[in-house]
Amino acid sequence: MTATQTRPLQQDPGKAALSERARGERRLGIYLTLPSYAVMLLVTAYPLGYALVLSLYNFRLTDPGGRSFVGLSNYLVILTDPVWWNDFVTTAAITVITVAIELVLGLWFAFVMLRIIRGRGPLRTAILIPYGIVTVVSAFIWRYAFAIDSGFVNQWLNLTGFDWFGDRWSAIFVICLSEIWKTTPFISLLLLAGLVQVPEDMQEAAKVDGATAWQRLWKVTLPNMKAAIMVALLFRTLDAWRIFDNPYVMTAGANNTEPISFLAYRQNVTLVNLGMGSAVSVLLFLTVVAIAWIFIKVFKTDLSQVRGDQ
Amino acid sequence: MNSAKNTKWWTLAGIVIVIYSFFPVLWMISLAFKPPSDIVSRDPQFLPSSFTLDNFAQIFSQPLFTRALINSIGIALIATVISVIIAMFAAYAIARLEFPGKKVLLSLALAIAMFPQAALVGPLFDMWRGLGIYDTWLGLIIPYLTFALPLSIWTMSAFFRQIPWEMEHAAQVDGATQWQAFRKVIVPLAAPGVFTTAILTFFFCWNDFLFAISLTSTDSARTVPAALAFFQGASYFESPVPYIMAASVIVTIPVVILVLIFQRRIVAGLTSGAVKG
Repeated sequence: MTATQTRPLQQDPGKAALSERARGERRLGIYLTLPSYAVMLLVTAYPLGYALVLSLYNFRLTDPGGRSFVGLSNYLVILTDPVWWNDFVTTAAITVITVAIELVLGLWFAFVMLRIIRGRGPLRTAILIPYGIVTVVSAFIWRYAFAIDSGFVNQWLNLTGFDWFGDRWSAIFVICLSEIWKTTPFISLLLLAGLVQVPEDMQEAAKVDGATAWQRLWKVTLPNMKAAIMVALLFRTLDAWRIFDNPYVMTAGANNTEPISFLAYRQNVTLVNLGMGSAVSVLLFLTVVAIAWIFIKVFKTDLSQVRGDQ
Repeated sequence: MNSAKNTKWWTLAGIVIVIYSFFPVLWMISLAFKPPSDIVSRDPQFLPSSFTLDNFAQIFSQPLFTRALINSIGIALIATVISVIIAMFAAYAIARLEFPGKKVLLSLALAIAMFPQAALVGPLFDMWRGLGIYDTWLGLIIPYLTFALPLSIWTMSAFFRQIPWEMEHAAQVDGATQWQAFRKVIVPLAAPGVFTTAILTFFFCWNDFLFAISLTSTDSARTVPAALAFFQGASYFESPVPYIMAASVIVTIPVVILVLIFQRRIVAGLTSGAVKG
């Protein structure tokens, strides 16, 4: 509130006629945000730049002397290797499946949270449990539920002996299940925030005009919360795109279930092949930039609310 | 009209969601209390054949777990405190001051929130070894507090925007000193927002797995999520499943406690921080 009230007073900060007070405010603002800038740039931008440099070298930690400049050849090797494209397809499949289901399920959760009268508190408490559970723990829970020896799922579905993790798509199915279970509560809370901003009287007006519940959903509610939906989608898509914990615990990447993040981890940390690994890192970063660009430019996702500039 | 009937349907839907949330948790608890012999049986059941506490006794006798628990708690708490303090300065500036670079900071926070952390494990692995902080608490605290910062900044600046800062002046007009006005008026108003942000930040640090397995190699800094991947059965022929689930129950307890006590605040924090701005 205060910020919006004081803003008109300093409409033209570029002018020389800046009051002593405004100048002090500017200085204080810069000082207060300096630590945030420093930390974020030092821990992300700098290592990313370092990865960019390393990616141009042939460099293994096990053979430090053999470091040599190879230009873009690491990138060429990766992009012509079926492993990269396999991982790309796996990551894309997991992203599309989980985000689509989470959006529908999350919307339904949001509606229930908004409309429920009895037990609203307990419901919200329950929904926060999956959100708070450690992803690795969720992965183990679902892995053991579907495992041949310990799991009850085969028992219940009469599938005794079926190895869910022995096949690419059934393994991806279980990975998606764990991912969806854990993250739907988060997306539903983002959507709830958008849902409560849809004016109730618009709903009423549509009702009076004889619109069915389905029409009201598609013509009134959803269009009015488009901004919230797009932001939730962007966040969840990029979050799903960097999936790592669930495949690591469930399959360790076996049977073509390795996502791109896992490839970056494997090259860098397991194989200490830092040149090639860095090239994977840079490519992973570029895919994320591309997705964000598509959301912002093509789907016109309005991020002004997230950035806080109303 | 049929609103009474509608209410019933919404309540029923609520019950379905509660089951959705708790069913996997019940499965975890069931496994944690199962005797290891239940796991390899040819006829696995949802519930244990008999309840045992041995699994918990077993994990608490292993330094692999106890060390990891101490590491998890220590690293998450320290990273949370630092992240919240740094974010508090930034959030105050964003909510109250006009200064150049405000939009850039919020855009940068947005970029960091979307950043693929796996792209950093290689360079950080190499840099941390060079700096001598590979496999130390500090080596994990630094990436944790960095990646928690955007969440902390958004959540707290959303809370700070709602504070009636004029009350500070009002108190001063009424004769309070600046420090008194700050301590008696602003701190109580700001504390809930800071506290909620701290809970969300703690969840974030508590959850991490990628950095924990990439930047540690021994017990000295390995956190529980990373340690779970190293669990073995009591003997070669025994399944580690009940031990892993017992450890999972332990790391879930703080989450459940925080959620139970602060449900309202966590929901407010999650919904205000990310979308409303």
